[in-house]
This record gives sequence, structure tokens and C-alpha cells, in this order.
Amino acid sequence: MHNNWVYIAVMAGVSFLIRVLPLTLIRRQIKSRFIRSFLFYVPYVTLAVMTFPAITQAASAPAAGIAALSVGILMSWFGAGLFPVAAACSITAFAVSMLF
Amino acid sequence: MHKTAQTEHRQVFLTGAGDGIPIGLGYFAVSFSLGISARTAGLDPLQAFIASLLTIASAGEYAAFTLIAAGASYLEMAAVIFITNCRYILMSCAMSQRLDPSAPTVHRIGMGALITDEIFGAGISKPGYMDPFYTYGLASTSVLPWALGTMLGVIAGNLLPQAAVSALSISIYGMFLAIIVPPSRNDTVILGCVLISFILSWLSGKLTLFSSMSEGTRILILTLLIASAAALFFPRKEEPDAQ
Repeated sequence: MHNNWVYIAVMAGVSFLIRVLPLTLIRRQIKSRFIRSFLFYVPYVTLAVMTFPAITQAASAPAAGIAALSVGILMSWFGAGLFPVAAACSITAFAVSMLF
Repeated sequence: MHKTAQTEHRQVFLTGAGDGIPIGLGYFAVSFSLGISARTAGLDPLQAFIASLLTIASAGEYAAFTLIAAGASYLEMAAVIFITNCRYILMSCAMSQRLDPSAPTVHRIGMGALITDEIFGAGISKPGYMDPFYTYGLASTSVLPWALGTMLGVIAGNLLPQAAVSALSISIYGMFLAIIVPPSRNDTVILGCVLISFILSWLSGKLTLFSSMSEGTRILILTLLIASAAALFFPRKEEPDAQ
């Protein structure tokens, strides 16, 4: 069986190295346009993959998840911040799940 | 009055601490829902606190807790943390260009270790060389609420009814949307990436080949695939630092 503390050590260790190594070692810009572009797209792709369809499965009813997804997309499209969007998604999911 | 370097550092630190408060409030709410997934993964409150304090990454921690819940291998954990936190490599590179070249290694390590989307964003938006003490100030009021929120999520997740817990767990996805949607509005390639990611992520859950894999591995493979394709067909023209 795996140990939670080892998991945490791996999480912390890899995160630390990722953040610190470029700042301490690389003193020049990365030249490769492909690597720069790849790194640029990574966060959007990862977050999108993690969000859908997981958001529809996390709610107690799929309709609640779909409603939260719609509200979240609309609000962030019109520039709402991180916290308001997160709160609105939760409230929407809760309200819709009450109907079922 | 003559200002010593020390009082100047303290002032910069305090300015950063003030700017970090709204970040910390947002972090607290989001990390609470992260704590709920930590609880599902079987972490105790102390483990959740330490994991959040040392990892400081919403998407990364969320993926990590999913892996712990699935009993994944340590290697898989390292790979997924690497891929979900890949953007910090870019931010760290960007910061390396904005530091006083004579900045001592201890500050490079300190500033690097505290990189989050928001701390990076607030720090790099200031003109001139980045001041390590401003970053430390930002972190002082935001990283602790982040870790405490995760811990409270583990503790109070027990006390809340199931409908409230699942509604709260939705907030993390709301936060992800708030990160990916605004840039999609201004950039067709990002919009395309997000839509294709949605579709392939949904499809991969349906295909037997993919659905037998763990969620973490699927995230990893899809990210490598889609981001590489985007980089190949739509290389960035402008400086990607300006995200």
C-alpha cells in the first residue's frame, strides 16, 4: 500500500524543482519556439481536460453540473474574477440539485 | 530620515502583504473545496495542510489527490505534478529575465518556490526588477489561507450534507473556468485548444482503450498530445510571457 507522506513528499519535491530550477539555472530566454509555445498552451489544455466532463460528474445530478458549467463559462466570459465564478458555480449546482 | 535597507525591505514586504489579502480570500474558498477531495483521497487534516503548504497548486493538487484516491504509483504522481505544473517552468523562466542579475541564489530559490498564477501575476506586473520581499509579502497573506482552507475542507467536509459537499467541490471547476475562459475570448487558438480538450476528454472516457487508464494518465496523455499539436501548428508569435 502507498504511504500518503511519500505522496506528499513527491508532490512537494517535484513542484519545488519545477519552480526553482529555471529561476536559478536558466539566465537566458528559452530559444525553442516549439517549447515556448508548448509551455504556453499547457495550462489551458490541462485545466480544460480536468474540467470537462468532470464538472458534470461531480454534482449530485448531471443537470446541476451542466448548469454550473454554463454559469461559469458565461460569467468568466464577461470578465468575472476567480472567486465570484467559483462561488456562483457552487451556488448554481446547489440550487439546481435541490430541484431534483 | 535615512532609510536603511532593512526598513525598505520591510515596507516592500508590507505592501506585498496588503496586496496578498484579496488573493488569500479567494484561495481560502477554493482550497476548502480542494480539502474535500483531499478527504476523499484519505488524507488527514495535517497531511492536507502540509501538502497544500508545500505544493501551492490548485490544478496540481487536485490531480494529485485524485491520484492518491486511485492508489497510483509514485512515478505517476511525479509525472502528473510535473505536467499540471508545467506552466510554472515558463513563469520561472519569465521571472529569471526580470530579476536583478546580482540577485543572490537564496532569493531566487525563495521567489521560485512561491510561484503561483496569482503571486506571479501580481509580482511581474510591477515595473522594474522584481523585489523578492514583495513576493514574500504576497505569499505571507495568501499561502497560509490556502493551506488552512485545505485543512478545514478535510475537517468540515465531514459535517456538511452531501449536496453541499458536491456543490462546493464544483467551485474548483469554476476557478478553472475563470482561468481558461477569458483568454479564450481573445485568442482563437486557445479557444480551439479548450474546445478540443473538452471533446477529447469526454471521448476518452468513452473509449475502452482510454477509460481503462487512470484519470491522471489520461490528463497527462491528452495534455501532451493537444498542447504539442497546438505548438506545432500554431506556434506563438508574440512573447508567451504576456499571458
